[in-house]
Amino acid sequence: MKKLGVEVLSVSTDSHFVHKIWQAEELEKMLKGGVPFPMLSDSGGRIGSVYGVYDEGAGVDIRGRFLIDPDFVIRAMEVLTPEVGRNPDELLRQIKAFQHVRETGEVTPSAWTPGDTTLKPGPDLVGKVWEIWKP
Amino acid sequence: MSEETDGCVKPAKGPIIPIEEKETTSGGESPAQEVKKVLARVGAEAPDFEANAFIAGKGFKTVKLSDYKGQWIVLCFYPGDFTFV
Repeated sequence: MKKLGVEVLSVSTDSHFVHKIWQAEELEKMLKGGVPFPMLSDSGGRIGSVYGVYDEGAGVDIRGRFLIDPDFVIRAMEVLTPEVGRNPDELLRQIKAFQHVRETGEVTPSAWTPGDTTLKPGPDLVGKVWEIWKP
Repeated sequence: MSEETDGCVKPAKGPIIPIEEKETTSGGESPAQEVKKVLARVGAEAPDFEANAFIAGKGFKTVKLSDYKGQWIVLCFYPGDFTFV
């Protein structure tokens, strides 16, 4: 993430005090030095409500991930119920694709990974995608 | 006396909603109602907020999402510390 120039922020309804102890008691045992990113506290779920991820019944923020570009525009979001963890590979793919699009103005077809064919939208491409892109 | 301490209850602003985004209510309805509206949408500006944070090596800080404007940001919500997944 650091290599891609991405800042990670995690958010839960736990207090920042609990974040500190979680880091010390558990995360540092899983990952040397613990997690390097800021751990934010969303007490009362007010932030989660605005992002559509606050579960009022359970009183917690469910799993929601938002990718925000340097212009502060949300580019992608993924929201899951709590039982299933996330896949960082797909997040990394999306970051690389959005960064590529931002730099080049090209667009990336489905399942694109860096190095694959990209598309340059325009009148000449209409009806011709099949010639260029062969999944 | 003036030494900075971190009390038990340090309020952070939470969502910072621009005036025009606020629902126009007739009269003095509870301000909590206003932040219930989901504002996060792809292609739209990220709703800004302020929150208390723990940062490894730096301790407790109050951070705003807009402090990170100009960089790519991954904002991750999760159900809770010390849970299983």
